[in-house]
Amino acid sequence: MKIGTPKETFQGEDRVAMTPASAKDLQKLGYDCVIESGAGIAAGFSDKSYQDAGVEVVKTGVALFKAADIIAKVRPPSDAETKRLREGQTLISFFYPAQNDKLMGLANKQGATVIAMDMVPRISRAQKMDALSSMANIAGYRAVIEASNNFGRFFTGQITAAGKVPPAKVLVVGAGVAGLAAIGTATSLGAITYAFDVRPEVAEQVESMGAEFVFLDFKEEQADGAASGGYASVSSPEFAAAQLAKFREIAPDMDIVITTALIPGRDAPELWTKDMVESMKPGSVIIDLAAERGGNCKLTVMDEKIVTDNGVTIIGYTDFPSRMAAQSSTLYATNIRHMMTDLTPDKDGKPHHNMDDDVIRGATATHGGEITFPPPKPKIAAIAAVAKKPAPKELTAEEKKAAETAAFKTQTRNQVGLLAIGGALLLAIGLVAPASFMQHFIVFVLSVFIGFQVIWGVAHSLHTPLMAVTNAISSIIILGALVQVGSGSFLVILLAALAIFMTGINIFGGFLVTRRMLAMFQKS
Amino acid sequence: MEFGFTTAAYVVAAVLFILSLGGLSGQESAKRAVWYGIAGMALAVVATLMGPASGLWLLSLILIAGGGVIGYQLATKVQMTQMPELVAAMHSLVGLAAVFVGYIAHFEIGNAAAGGDLGTFAAMIAHKSPVEINILRVELFLGVFIGAITFTGSIIAYGKLAGKVDSAAKKLPGGHLLNIAAAAISVLTLIWYFNTGGLFPLFLMTLAALFIGYHLITGIGGADMPVVVSMLNSYSGWAAAAIGFSLGNDLLIVVGALVGSSGAILSYIMCKAMNRSFISVILGGFGGPAGEQMAVEGEQIAIDSDGVATALNEADSVVIIPGYGMAVAQAQSSVAELVRKLRAKGKTVRFAIHPVAGRLPGHMNVLLAEAKVPYDIVMEMDEINDDFPSTDVAIVIGSNDIVNPAAQDDPNSPIAGMPVLECWKAKQVFVSKRGQGTGYSGIENPLFYKENTRMFYGDAKKSLDELLPKID
Repeated sequence: MKIGTPKETFQGEDRVAMTPASAKDLQKLGYDCVIESGAGIAAGFSDKSYQDAGVEVVKTGVALFKAADIIAKVRPPSDAETKRLREGQTLISFFYPAQNDKLMGLANKQGATVIAMDMVPRISRAQKMDALSSMANIAGYRAVIEASNNFGRFFTGQITAAGKVPPAKVLVVGAGVAGLAAIGTATSLGAITYAFDVRPEVAEQVESMGAEFVFLDFKEEQADGAASGGYASVSSPEFAAAQLAKFREIAPDMDIVITTALIPGRDAPELWTKDMVESMKPGSVIIDLAAERGGNCKLTVMDEKIVTDNGVTIIGYTDFPSRMAAQSSTLYATNIRHMMTDLTPDKDGKPHHNMDDDVIRGATATHGGEITFPPPKPKIAAIAAVAKKPAPKELTAEEKKAAETAAFKTQTRNQVGLLAIGGALLLAIGLVAPASFMQHFIVFVLSVFIGFQVIWGVAHSLHTPLMAVTNAISSIIILGALVQVGSGSFLVILLAALAIFMTGINIFGGFLVTRRMLAMFQKS
Repeated sequence: MEFGFTTAAYVVAAVLFILSLGGLSGQESAKRAVWYGIAGMALAVVATLMGPASGLWLLSLILIAGGGVIGYQLATKVQMTQMPELVAAMHSLVGLAAVFVGYIAHFEIGNAAAGGDLGTFAAMIAHKSPVEINILRVELFLGVFIGAITFTGSIIAYGKLAGKVDSAAKKLPGGHLLNIAAAAISVLTLIWYFNTGGLFPLFLMTLAALFIGYHLITGIGGADMPVVVSMLNSYSGWAAAAIGFSLGNDLLIVVGALVGSSGAILSYIMCKAMNRSFISVILGGFGGPAGEQMAVEGEQIAIDSDGVATALNEADSVVIIPGYGMAVAQAQSSVAELVRKLRAKGKTVRFAIHPVAGRLPGHMNVLLAEAKVPYDIVMEMDEINDDFPSTDVAIVIGSNDIVNPAAQDDPNSPIAGMPVLECWKAKQVFVSKRGQGTGYSGIENPLFYKENTRMFYGDAKKSLDELLPKID
């Protein structure tokens, strides 16, 4: 079957859903690939590079929709594009079925199957096709770059011959995928980075990225993100107030503020109020990644850059991934390719739409003439809820000392006990056994003792040579045979001779093989 | 000339043997230590031939030389991957020799009583009081008993290690009851022998002991072989010591005790590394608490050699965890080559060795040494376990249970509490493995399902050879 990618029709959209590299992988799955002429130009992929990868290039979008059985694109289709879909055709793209009810109905009427890339459930197995995450990652990165572009100073602190440069202070609000990417980018540029999130469990992730987590003085437990598939949920009014108070306190210090706070299915919460903006220094930059849903800052204008009266730049662009089209196309195309891999378990170029599969079921908006949105809850929870662990009790110095003395005491007690028992046993044996036996027995006990002392010192890596060498020396039993070989009957001689022969093998074999092994151990 | 000299030589030999074992504490001193052992053995044999040995010098020398030739052949030809088999085979020889010497002693007691043509040993016995003779009987009885168990046990262990006998744990119907019955027979025959001194009870016990050795080891699975081999090592020592008692030879007692305690310590270390009691290993099968094991979620994600090569080229620190699978695939030289290439690029490469990796204590160390991996980058579990979080890539080659996180996370797992190499804390883990199956213990390994784990399926040697040219 054929997979086709049209040129994106949305104004200013530079991404493309298929790259030459992903096309090659799709061909390995048994598909033929087709692309509309010029679809990849904006992302830096020429028609020629597609042709070299074995992709058929067609002139127009109409021709493409005709040629392909599966359409892979980035943005939700326009009405015109949707009308071109036909029965049995599959569309894979961002679709936002919750907001695009009408479009979904239209696609369903056309008889097409729609797989919404934004509906891929957030479970470990589906991470490789989680396009929202891969795009959010790019948005977070680009947000910092955009901020730095509009910020008149270094991010990193420097002491130069021409004077001291203070490092920039960056606050990232909302530590989701985009937020974490922004934190990573900002810290690697050298900024002092702070981050805040309503989900307390992300503090660890924030700190692992090199930022400082801004904690609130707030007693009430916040619900962690586990119940809502890793996304944030609405917080209580008291919490929101405490949060705003904290922001108000730190706002004057911040040079860059990047807000990424979104709650699924709701308008963006207002976190950065007008008075906070007014308290910021001139030249500061706010990047509002929630601009599409009204913005975390009410001054934000969607898709525009504005400068406030006190000289604070507020950027409300919504097309950050498209601004890095080469990168985002590569990642998005890979997400699509992974989706196709899951759809094509037999690698025979025919999609097998398995509605029992959590991932495929979750992402499917329409299938077989029916609207299948919203999907049932996935069987596997995205993130396991973390049980609250009590912090391990810090031991005081005295307690530690007491524990150590106790350990020492039990050790002494054990040792003394063992010695006493051993001694008593020895004495008991001595009472009954004849002197000649006791002589040998003492030798035996002492040897065992020496053996235990010596063997503990043997290096772990030399345990095999140790076995070989003990093997060789346990053939000391040869002495017993040597003493007896000359005496007595034929049977004795025969047995003794056999014993000598076997132990001979052992002595030579054991020592030689040990030498061989030890010679191999080399220092670098 | 007579016995004074021999005793002096025995003392020197005993000291040399102790030095020989003590010298194994380090790689460099070990090279000297073998010579101590050889010297001690030579001294003991020569002193015995010159002293208490009773004639037939020439025959003895020819037999030793003949054995020596075979031993030389074995030692020079053996592959390092076959070391466990060789060690087991050699244990069986010691065991059998102990049985023979025990029988000889029995015949000599008879000779002494008959008062016929007395050899040195028989002459010595003739002086003994009846109590001493009785003790002597118990001693040689024990010597034969332990020797016989060692003999059949080692043969089965050899067969399992060499793949000649099915390595799965098997028991005859009746299970441990058979062992208990055989042990009971041995105790009864001991009493019988103690009272009569006849050949028949001794012979009957030998059969029972041979059976115990066979049946005990058949019931133990392949991955427990490190414990079994070191246990048999220990037994061969105790057998020598028991024979030493019956012959009244102190050197035999000393060496037997050294070897016996050495094997016992090795078994202890191995059991500790598996967090299992010695008894449960010997009685076979995995004991431990029953209960629902944690279900493993997720999927095993495969990767090809290109992906592994890219990750390795980017990594700064790499830790390799070899296991029995590496020995089976004979992949040690490919691993060494990989390490050389990576080290040449200035990367930190180290090995992490779990105490029970392989089929013999220290097995992996010897294999890596054979492939010319310098021993100072081969680390023990305790030395390296804390370094995994700062490791870029961990490569698991043919090991399974020793890297199973269930040992720490799942209190219901049969291996719960066993110390494991925490390789999953590395940034990325590659597992070279033949297929999707579980390890020896049959326990699912959640490591394979972790998000930072990629499965590099295929024969270890082939996969590595495919990988090598891609490291640049």
